[in-house]
Amino acid sequence: MEPSPWRGVLQRLRRDSEYIAIPVIALVISAVAFSLFLLAIGKAPLVFFELVHRGGFGSAFSIQNTLQRAAPLIFTALAVAIPARIGLVMIGGEGALVIGGFTSAAIAIPMLDRISPMPTLMIMALVGALTGGVWIGLAGFLRHARGVNETISSLLLTYIGIAVMNFFVEGALRDLTNPNKPSTKPLGDAYMVGKIPGTDVHWGFAAGILIAILLHILMTRTTFGFAARVTGGNPRAAMAQGLPVGKLIVICSMLAGACAGLAGFFEVAAIQGRANASIAAGYGFTGILVSFLARHNPIAIIVVAIMFGGIVASGGLVQRRMDLPDATVLVLQGMTFVILLVSETLYGRFAFFRIDEGRDRT
Amino acid sequence: MNDGLITTVLIALLGGALRVSTPFMFVALGECLTEKSGRVNLGLEGTLVLGAVVAYATSYHSGSPWLGVLAAGGAGAVLGAIHGFVCKLPRVNDIAIGIAMMLFGTGIAFFFGKAYIQPTAPRLEPLSLGAWTGDAKLATALQINPLLIVGVIIAFCMWWAFANTRWGLLVRMSGDSAPAARAMGVSVDLVRFLATAGGGFLAGIGGAFLSLYYPGSWNQGLSSGQGLMAVALVIFARWNPLRCVAAALLFGATGAIGPALQSVGVTQGYYFFNAAPYILTLLIMVGSAGSKQAAREAPGELSITK
Repeated sequence: MEPSPWRGVLQRLRRDSEYIAIPVIALVISAVAFSLFLLAIGKAPLVFFELVHRGGFGSAFSIQNTLQRAAPLIFTALAVAIPARIGLVMIGGEGALVIGGFTSAAIAIPMLDRISPMPTLMIMALVGALTGGVWIGLAGFLRHARGVNETISSLLLTYIGIAVMNFFVEGALRDLTNPNKPSTKPLGDAYMVGKIPGTDVHWGFAAGILIAILLHILMTRTTFGFAARVTGGNPRAAMAQGLPVGKLIVICSMLAGACAGLAGFFEVAAIQGRANASIAAGYGFTGILVSFLARHNPIAIIVVAIMFGGIVASGGLVQRRMDLPDATVLVLQGMTFVILLVSETLYGRFAFFRIDEGRDRT
Repeated sequence: MNDGLITTVLIALLGGALRVSTPFMFVALGECLTEKSGRVNLGLEGTLVLGAVVAYATSYHSGSPWLGVLAAGGAGAVLGAIHGFVCKLPRVNDIAIGIAMMLFGTGIAFFFGKAYIQPTAPRLEPLSLGAWTGDAKLATALQINPLLIVGVIIAFCMWWAFANTRWGLLVRMSGDSAPAARAMGVSVDLVRFLATAGGGFLAGIGGAFLSLYYPGSWNQGLSSGQGLMAVALVIFARWNPLRCVAAALLFGATGAIGPALQSVGVTQGYYFFNAAPYILTLLIMVGSAGSKQAAREAPGELSITK
């Protein structure tokens, strides 16, 4: 009997659905675990999820707020996903975000009122991406050149990045007219990134989606992406094949850092209007979880980032209505992350997702 | 700068080394134990923070700081046990789980810590070992916290036990060659589970030091990467408990550079000196990661040095 031509497609769909089903199972288990946690401290889980729904996705206003917060998450998650494809666990997105945001604010200071807004913003974005790229690129370079563990070094660079920003913001670049909070000179309304027409969401969200799609194409449809994935699968085999492993590692790290740097640029130029400690709001760390949940797939990252943008956006409402500390979101994220990683052990254990290739031929 | 100032700075550095090195020491010893068994726990930063809040809360409610130290160790052991249990499952990445446990531990600590930012808990009393010097500054610098002494004793015990006891041999064997250990009938998973839980216990005590001795209160900015630096420090100390102590003292002194210079009137670059320990850690990693000596002494099963 001739197998139907649809059979292969269906089988592939069935096999690939494992990569969606298992993270979804992990999410459900996390929600149950977090509900038990809330019950244990005497709070109602249903109220919590209802508030997250209302605060994150309930109205046009809250959805726009959610998308606004999803923008930096897309970028910082990409900063984890690209190195992950080449086999690195790079978690320094927060530092590259801070250093990118700070340098873009710093480069703007001499240009304000001298150069028109559009070129200024272009230069700011470029500088932010560049310094962010150098920041994570350094961790990638040290990994290749000296075998320094990139997870630790990128996190150390985060602390260094925050210290560098504080050094300048509290010193040489401090705006003395603002006594409340050490900040750089404000950009002013004319020099801010605008909103996407018809919405309250800044252009960073659109840029994030565009860059996620471009990076997806780069990693799946080009020789560069193929070489990077081969290196991620087996660095020794890649080296034996004559692939420029070191170069690939450094370029992937720089791309990652550039993404996080852009997140910093948009936080400065679209939200805060200046560089100060507020830009280190933890987007870099949430981005790690987003990337892992999306299995380091740039397209999936967009969806997961919007979901977590909603959770972040509803934080204030949850705090006020349920009298929960702001760390509640951290607990939820931590639990989800642990459970998600544990769920990795489930891959290949369910017969449903396995395809018996040989069955038709006999 | 004249001699008087230099002496002041040096004494401040000595005081700083003795004062702030303890959390580095405990976390490094804990990680040393875990890594000797062939597993990496990057989550000790979270353990440190959770230990700090548990110690503070226990000390506040019970009135006994030492009970707080024990409770912190217990909380750390629980986090370590979770890490140890999860990592033995197939296809679970110990580096990624470490990051997740770091976020989880910090989240839980901040969540329950909110109520303890205001109240004052009984703290650990320092031991004054500097009275004989007759110098007020030196005497202040030589105020030793009891946990430092406990840490040094633990370091010596670990160093001796790794070389001379059956348990030490089991841990080292699991770390150097899991197949060999299995062939000898050793349950590698069990050894690593216990070593990770034990490592968590020590890291938790390091956290107790932060909230009960120096700075001696609880707030969310209590630990800024000490746990992580201590993990990096173990590679530098080449998995030797005694070298962990020395490296912790070095780190304490580095962390004290900023305040020490400030005490003699050099205020410029205070924030830069805040970054000094991180930069030093990075430089040390660059220096020690590639060295052949370190590669030779590394536990063979360790994923972090591969």
